Amino acid sequence: MNIIYLLLALSVLVAIIFFIAFILSVKKGQYDDMYTPSVRMLFEDELVNSKSKNKTTKQEKTE
Amino acid sequence: MTSCFHCGEECKEEHLRYQEKDFCCTGCKTVYEILNESDLSYYYDLDSNPGISPASSERKFDFLDNKEILAKLLEFNENNTQVVNLLIPSMHCSSCIWVLENLNKLNPGVKTSQVDFPGKTVRITYNPEEVSLKDLAYLLSRIGYEPYISLKDFDEKKPDINRSLIYKLGVAGFAFGNVMFLSFPEYFEVNEFWLERFKNLFRWMMFAFSLPVVFYAGSGYFISAYKGLRANMLNIDVPIALGIAVLFLRSTAEIVLDLGTGFFDSLTGLVFFLLLGRFFQQKTYSYLSFERDYKSYFPIGVTRLTSENVEEQVQVYDIEPGDRILIRNGELIPIDAVLMTGDALIDYSFVTGEANAVEKLQGETLFAGGRQQGGLIEIEAIKAINQSYLTKLWSNEVFKKNKNSAFQSLINQISKRFTAAVLSIAFLASLFWIIYDPTKVLNVFTAVLIIACPCAIALSTPFTLGNLLRIFGRNKFYLKEAGIIEQIAQIDCLVFDKTGTITTNKKAEIYYEGLKLTTEEEKLLSGSLRASGHPLSRQLYDILNKNEILTPEEFTEHTGKGIEARHKQSNLKIGSADFVQQPLSETAQANKTAVHISSNREYKGRFIFRNSYREGLEELLEKLGKGRQIFILSGDNDGEKERLEKMLPLQTKYYFNQKPEDKLVFIKRLQQQGNRVMMVGDGLNDAGALAQSDVGISVSENINVFSPACDGILDASRLKDLHSFFEISEKGMKIIKWSFVLSLCYNLVGLAFAVTGNLMPVIAAILMPLSSISIVAFTSLATKLAGKGLRQF
Repeated sequence: MNIIYLLLALSVLVAIIFFIAFILSVKKGQYDDMYTPSVRMLFEDELVNSKSKNKTTKQEKTE
Repeated sequence: MTSCFHCGEECKEEHLRYQEKDFCCTGCKTVYEILNESDLSYYYDLDSNPGISPASSERKFDFLDNKEILAKLLEFNENNTQVVNLLIPSMHCSSCIWVLENLNKLNPGVKTSQVDFPGKTVRITYNPEEVSLKDLAYLLSRIGYEPYISLKDFDEKKPDINRSLIYKLGVAGFAFGNVMFLSFPEYFEVNEFWLERFKNLFRWMMFAFSLPVVFYAGSGYFISAYKGLRANMLNIDVPIALGIAVLFLRSTAEIVLDLGTGFFDSLTGLVFFLLLGRFFQQKTYSYLSFERDYKSYFPIGVTRLTSENVEEQVQVYDIEPGDRILIRNGELIPIDAVLMTGDALIDYSFVTGEANAVEKLQGETLFAGGRQQGGLIEIEAIKAINQSYLTKLWSNEVFKKNKNSAFQSLINQISKRFTAAVLSIAFLASLFWIIYDPTKVLNVFTAVLIIACPCAIALSTPFTLGNLLRIFGRNKFYLKEAGIIEQIAQIDCLVFDKTGTITTNKKAEIYYEGLKLTTEEEKLLSGSLRASGHPLSRQLYDILNKNEILTPEEFTEHTGKGIEARHKQSNLKIGSADFVQQPLSETAQANKTAVHISSNREYKGRFIFRNSYREGLEELLEKLGKGRQIFILSGDNDGEKERLEKMLPLQTKYYFNQKPEDKLVFIKRLQQQGNRVMMVGDGLNDAGALAQSDVGISVSENINVFSPACDGILDASRLKDLHSFFEISEKGMKIIKWSFVLSLCYNLVGLAFAVTGNLMPVIAAILMPLSSISIVAFTSLATKLAGKGLRQF
């Protein structure tokens, strides 16, 4: 049952690691802007190429 | 009706069509072209009509060429990388985020750009060899996102955000969770073998976890209690600090002497819940600033003329008396100066409260803070910037003191009696036990202090006010901090500014008095007004019939006087009374803003411009007037007095021709008579009064643009609901009082255990969170009900 000393030490260590990660993330300003990232993650590569579009319409016309 | 594809505004009859899309103006069309060419037309798919019609900003950012100014604005500056954080007030939707984060498609010199939407800022990293900050500012303006750069950016770098509350909350939450796990086995008090064996280890671990909670997370309560005691005030933090200290000492003593597990679970939970309340109470509108002074209204740089008539960009602070400065249309006069050349038409509405722009002639003095509304003018500075008429107001001591110090909040009033009661109960109970069973004295004494720790009471205020603060925010009433709500509930005097606060700047009511104009005269009138750039002409032109217009054959505009126009036989003179040779009969008329008209030297009549009051004002003052005094202070002349008296409730009192200092003194006098005063204002001229009053509310048509330092910003469209905000604040105070009663019930139950010497750690550990959670639930529900009436509007 002495293993409990090791288990306790380990569990506290893991908890402390997460706690430090939390403090660091706050310090780096991760929680300062809670809105923009939620919108940003939905953006993709949405560049609409107007030139290629124009070309296709011209081709259609010549046909 | 078609709406603009870019900005969604209604298009007028004569609008532009481009690529089968409608645009209200060339500005909007240009933005569309720019975005379309750079393959950014997805902008229009994200949100419908997301755009902002770009304002003309010709040469507005030329001052960014100045190296000293540039150096102050940049956050980072190395060889070929510069970083700048710009405030973009017009940012409002996800399309805005998208296009601003794709700036590199519009200009390859931009490396990255990142938007902070709540703060309405964009941080741009760019290569100064490819693109300058000036070009960037113009690029942003061209697509409708004009950055707002003011003198304030120049003076100070933003202070670091204070995150200590989050750290404390993190520490307390972390310790609370772990201590709960460790104390769980002992709740059941089974004398099991293994439990007995590891008991001490568990207890000392709990002790270790509670150390940072007491000495770091809870430190604020000790400091506040100490400060309160030194000021001879028993604030709510005194019993809290007492509770924390007793909890910690008794628990430590228990585990050292092996008497029990102690109350570490209650201790950490208490601090965690208390901090949670504080955290909830904080709701900051990061894009609003409540601390603004004239500096955020003034430009950083101006155009100075050197002795060789060469234009140069200089910092505003470098302007010395005698310097000649160029002011363009729409620019602000940063300094008291004399007009040298050009037609000055200065809009002082923000500074003095005068409703209409005033014309100035060469040699006249222009005061700082006015906005030029015509063409280019040249002025000569007569004072340095911090000595001008406007900026001197800020040297008044009212801007330096912290105004909330004198306010006695409800919770502090209660805590006085509460602390006294708790201490007397503790002593009485100890006295009782000294006689009957002296071994239990210490146990009972500490147990009373522990159980009476006013956790639930301390939570009721932040949660109620925090909820209300959010409800207000959703209804476009933005408060600096939650405590203001408590002060609103106690206001008995309301002072309103007139211009811009109860009147709207957007439109004036215009009516005609005099002989009827012939159709030909009307047509000619429209035609002549169309050519004039004077704001009154523009306003008048907007209401006239535009279908039939006679363009005058001859047209002359006399600055500061009026227009002379001729078509065939008719000669039309439009302008001031002197200009059309009409002596003013009554002095009262001199106060009215009017455009007079004469045709062929015969006086016809005048168009009178009246302030247009905000909708629902009558009703609002009627409701607010019940139990409160109402005053209207105006920097304007008393031309509107009669009309106001007719329109508004009888008991309203009026004061006209009030200078900014007069307003401040007026408020002070009311306060000396023992009144609690709310000032509702809008401009820089109200800044002193807003700072002096108990609650200063700034009314704003557009909350993103400048509003002076105040306790709250109210969207102008919600002014008519001000009364409801008062009602809800009062309801809020009732909710707080009821939750005090509720938490006292819990305290009484706990005290029953404590005074009989039966307080088990497990009871404390159940009672404390239970009371806190039920208080939070009660206040959330009650405030939701209280706020319900408001959202129907």
